[in-house]
Amino acid sequence: MKQIKVLGPGCKRCMQTVDLIEAKAREVGVEVTVEKVADYAEIARFGVISTPGIMIDGKVVHAGGLPRSEDIGKWLMS
Amino acid sequence: MTSELMPSGTKSSAMAWLWVTLAGVVWVILYGVIFQASEWISYTLLELPRGSHAGEAVAFFFYDVPKILLLLSGMIFAITVLRTFFSAEQTRRILSGKREGVGNVMAASLGIVTPFCSCSAVPLFIGFVESGIPLGVTFSFLIAAPMINEVALILLWGMFGWQVAVTYIVSGMIIAIAGGMLIGRLHMERWVEDFVWKMQFGGAGILEHRLNWSERFALATDAVFDIIRKVGPYVLVGIGLGAVIHGYVPTDALADYMGKDAPWWSVLLVVLVALPLYSNAAGMAPVLLSLVEKGAALGTALAFMMAVVGVSLPETILLRRVLKPQLIAVFIGIVTLGIIITGYLFNMVM
Repeated sequence: MKQIKVLGPGCKRCMQTVDLIEAKAREVGVEVTVEKVADYAEIARFGVISTPGIMIDGKVVHAGGLPRSEDIGKWLMS
Repeated sequence: MTSELMPSGTKSSAMAWLWVTLAGVVWVILYGVIFQASEWISYTLLELPRGSHAGEAVAFFFYDVPKILLLLSGMIFAITVLRTFFSAEQTRRILSGKREGVGNVMAASLGIVTPFCSCSAVPLFIGFVESGIPLGVTFSFLIAAPMINEVALILLWGMFGWQVAVTYIVSGMIIAIAGGMLIGRLHMERWVEDFVWKMQFGGAGILEHRLNWSERFALATDAVFDIIRKVGPYVLVGIGLGAVIHGYVPTDALADYMGKDAPWWSVLLVVLVALPLYSNAAGMAPVLLSLVEKGAALGTALAFMMAVVGVSLPETILLRRVLKPQLIAVFIGIVTLGIIITGYLFNMVM
């Protein structure tokens, strides 16, 4: 079970990012919990300044802009 | 056999370069024929009489739509590739420890090339301030990033020539640098919400991933389609409106209201109208072109464009989370004043 956090103030792209991750996880058959983090203090604590950021099991793997589907696949499989 | 000698990344990059070169050649050919094509559609295919209102309007439409779309695609592609070499995190590292002055100039320049979305304005502000970047330097970045807008730049370049596009960049830079320095001098730190100063900024760090060329080009291609989808309708409507003005409104009709000899308050009025408008830069530009053709002054038009992109309501509302109203007011006031001065100076010089 991978713990995924999507860091962002709740803009359109952050929502899309959550959808992308959930879709990809189903596709590759990896179990995930996706949590949205909208609190600025929290986002800053993880060192992310461009949103949406993606954190998988405590590691920031992406910041700024929509992630690409292939990349999400790579993060989920590693 | 040779493929084994080459790492796969190099090979896919070579293919990517090949595609981009091909696309570039097609682009240049298309750009070369659109004028003749528009003339052919209006006067041969539709048999509109040359010099008629309808003929002028239709020719304007069929020349400007493909021209603007081609310029947009080409430039957005190039700018996105350039931007893959920059990130907000990297910009923060570069700016931290820079003093005022040098820092303001660097922040304004990085504001142009760093990928920036107004929805990230707050985390970015916190990240900058927390890593010790002076408030004034942070503002130079925050002013330049939206104000020097690539879509507006391309439209100004396509319609008024590169001189106007360069003037736009230079004035945007000057406003960002001077505005940031002024905010720094005014020592406005106390107008930043208190919780910002108490925040812990994490050093978890992003796992940096070096992109290869085919990834950079793929990102740029996505960006081109994204922009065309987003601003395409505005461009169509804007050029449609522009075409009607071009064909039907008599030359110099607007000179009295928006021209060089118009009342002194025309720039002021235009900027105030433009401030609340946002993200319709693409639709506004063709209308502006027609206005200028009909006698509006170029500086007034430029000020209008800068006001549309430079100050955005959504970003201001977001920034209210970290800035007290006084600082928001100073921020908007400085940017607005800068734009108005640019409009007047430009009208005086041209």
